[in-house]
Amino acid sequence: MAVPILKQGDYLIATIQSAMTDSEAEQLRDDLMERIGRYRSRGIIVDITALDVMDSFAARSLRNIAHMTLLRGADTVVVGMQPEVAFAMVQLGLTFEDVHTALDLEEGLAFLEARTGR
Amino acid sequence: MGTSSEPAARAGADVASTTSGGDSTLLPELVAHLRERRTQLREEWARRITEAGLLTAMTSDEVFNEATSVYDNYVEALETGSVEALEEYARSLSERIIPRGVETYEVLGIVLLLRDVLARSLFEKYQHDFELLLRVLDAYEPAANRIALTVAVGFVEERERVIRQQQEAIRDLSTPVLQVRERLVILPIIGALDSQRARQLTEQLLRSIRTNRAKVVVIDITGVPEIDSTVANHLVQTVDASRLMGANVIITGLSAEIALTLVTLGVDLSKVNAVGDLQGGIEEAERLLGYEVIRSQPADQR
Amino acid sequence: MPLGRIRIVISTDADIVVARRSGRELADQIGCSHTDATLVATAISEVARNIVTHAGRGEIIISPVDEGTGEHTAVEVVARDEGPGIPDVERAMEDGYSTGRGLGLGLPGARRLMDTFEITSEVGVGTTVVMRKRRST
Repeated sequence: MAVPILKQGDYLIATIQSAMTDSEAEQLRDDLMERIGRYRSRGIIVDITALDVMDSFAARSLRNIAHMTLLRGADTVVVGMQPEVAFAMVQLGLTFEDVHTALDLEEGLAFLEARTGR
Repeated sequence: MGTSSEPAARAGADVASTTSGGDSTLLPELVAHLRERRTQLREEWARRITEAGLLTAMTSDEVFNEATSVYDNYVEALETGSVEALEEYARSLSERIIPRGVETYEVLGIVLLLRDVLARSLFEKYQHDFELLLRVLDAYEPAANRIALTVAVGFVEERERVIRQQQEAIRDLSTPVLQVRERLVILPIIGALDSQRARQLTEQLLRSIRTNRAKVVVIDITGVPEIDSTVANHLVQTVDASRLMGANVIITGLSAEIALTLVTLGVDLSKVNAVGDLQGGIEEAERLLGYEVIRSQPADQR
Repeated sequence: MPLGRIRIVISTDADIVVARRSGRELADQIGCSHTDATLVATAISEVARNIVTHAGRGEIIISPVDEGTGEHTAVEVVARDEGPGIPDVERAMEDGYSTGRGLGLGLPGARRLMDTFEITSEVGVGTTVVMRKRRST
């Protein structure tokens, strides 16, 4: 049930398949932190294309991940948010202000390139 | 039981009356009768339908075919006591006839006529034994009413579903989201905005961001006369939601009145990228997308 | 009507997913738009998680509602627990939510997503939330 994490060059791509439990979210965070250390990754893409509901817990989890990876020098961008989920999130009042988002994997990579490439 | 004559047909009734659930054997009996007299009763019904001027949108062949299906389904529903098959049939019948313009009163009308035709047939058969007739009707009427309700409600629900679909299609048509360049969509809003329309626009816009892989969205509200606080909030939410999907939003055509409304309402405009007019908005969008805009020289004037 | 009410016992994270999927399905069945169904699922997710986090155990009952037209036009969600209860319901329902000032109960969020929302809570007894979403049109 762990979230699969792929390494693509300097970046890690975590693809979330379905709703995460508390422990799965923790696991993901730990896995990412471990790999960032191991590969010196500079960017993380969290793909939420498969998520059909984003509640406050999931949003908090993603925010935590973004914050923690940043402490290790890696930017995180969340990609693939479904239109209905985006709508629900703003209705819920979740702002996600400090978490970068992009349309899809391609855009996410472009975003990271722009930010980390120099 | 009271006194009455004893025709041979009462044999079945005797059996029925000795059992406590006497009427439970009547239903099969009358179902058998209705099957036996299927041809005549169906024709009688079709005749009445024509007489009453119903189903004029259909040819007589079509009326006859549907009448046959309804009749058989009706009798089966009487027999099994289950309306599931009938519901299913009612739905498919509705799907077929609604596009033909058949109205609710017609559907109700024909079902009630069938009920009448069948009831009269029962009156005729059991006319010599009023007590028995009453018991037959006790069995028949609730079942017949339930059938009429099922068909009518099925028709009405299907109609409403179609109407809702049509309304959605109309709404979609009246608020197109245009893709003008790669990664750039424009949503020109024309006319008054109410909460429901604003919501619907937001949903359409967000879907189009995905479909068109838009990086920049230009929402032009030149054509919107005024907005209230609810709609203003919808606008801000639209901006927020679009950004969650990785798109930048530019709002153009913000009139002085609307700008004042927004400020008065305390709407946080800092996150709203507003440009004067649509042209300017598109240019700004192109700039964001990395396009270079080359202006052609205006022709000499004299 | 083939639609019926669904009862889900909530005690683990996995139950939250079941509850919100059921909510989405029922919303679909009564004719809610895709977006509205997502709102229902999200609201259920909030109250269900609330139950898991604060009460440990509870139940969620989702049912189709006929509001007098003869058709099912709304979804009703009842979330009930026998947990510690909320001492100050009003404060819990304050909208300090997104800035983290609220108690993080997810309830104000759920209220924003649904059309009607009622909450009763008693310390030492438990909490009950009843909320509804109508299909639009």
